[in-house]
Amino acid sequence: MKVKYFAWVRERIGVAEEIIEPPADVRTVDDLIGWLSQRGDAYAYAFEKPKVIRAAIDHAHVKADAAISGAREIAFFPPMTGG
Amino acid sequence: MSVTATIRIQEGNFDVAQEIAALTRGRTDIGAVVTFSGICRGSENGEPIAALTLEHYPGMAEAEIGRHADEALSRWLLQGLTIIHRFGRIAPGENIVLVVTASPHREAAFEAAEFLMDYLKTSAPFWKREESEKGTSWIEARDHDDVAAARWTKS
Repeated sequence: MKVKYFAWVRERIGVAEEIIEPPADVRTVDDLIGWLSQRGDAYAYAFEKPKVIRAAIDHAHVKADAAISGAREIAFFPPMTGG
Repeated sequence: MSVTATIRIQEGNFDVAQEIAALTRGRTDIGAVVTFSGICRGSENGEPIAALTLEHYPGMAEAEIGRHADEALSRWLLQGLTIIHRFGRIAPGENIVLVVTASPHREAAFEAAEFLMDYLKTSAPFWKREESEKGTSWIEARDHDDVAAARWTKS
């Protein structure tokens, strides 16, 4: 699946998007944050406060307990500040 | 007659008067037009800023704004709706966002515009970064924007 990062999450990780293949036991958005956090210091820094991080699956907001199976694109970003 | 919202996510500026005219031209059934323009301030928390840069999530920005436009059209009797949100670098004094609502009477136009702005603030995927003499920093989300959006939730 494709993951995208925005704003300071993107800056901390150092890439805007990447293709990942998490293991089968990574079932939810929360699981994925935990799995990504273990990929290195940059990821751990980006996700150091997981409760602050917002997520979207296929362009729609989701909660941390949302299932990721079947997702084409998952995005992680800070709370939005548009408008 | 079903109303289709005009939604544009663009880098360039927009002309507020032109957008109002586009909604109302040739019509005599519209009784009220409300516009909200969000404009880049020249200071943030008392500190001068040189510019804002808005990052956005292409694809999701259109989808998310479209969902809220559809909800506004289903909740209020609107005769026209235009939403424009800019991205990229925006200097103080320039437009950032525009919501235009048209309805037979003012209540629907006022309420729908306020509803849409509250949701644009909290759920449209845009992030503001400010440039100042000290460098650049991401603007933090404000709790009172979440409170403002929550009051529209149907119980």
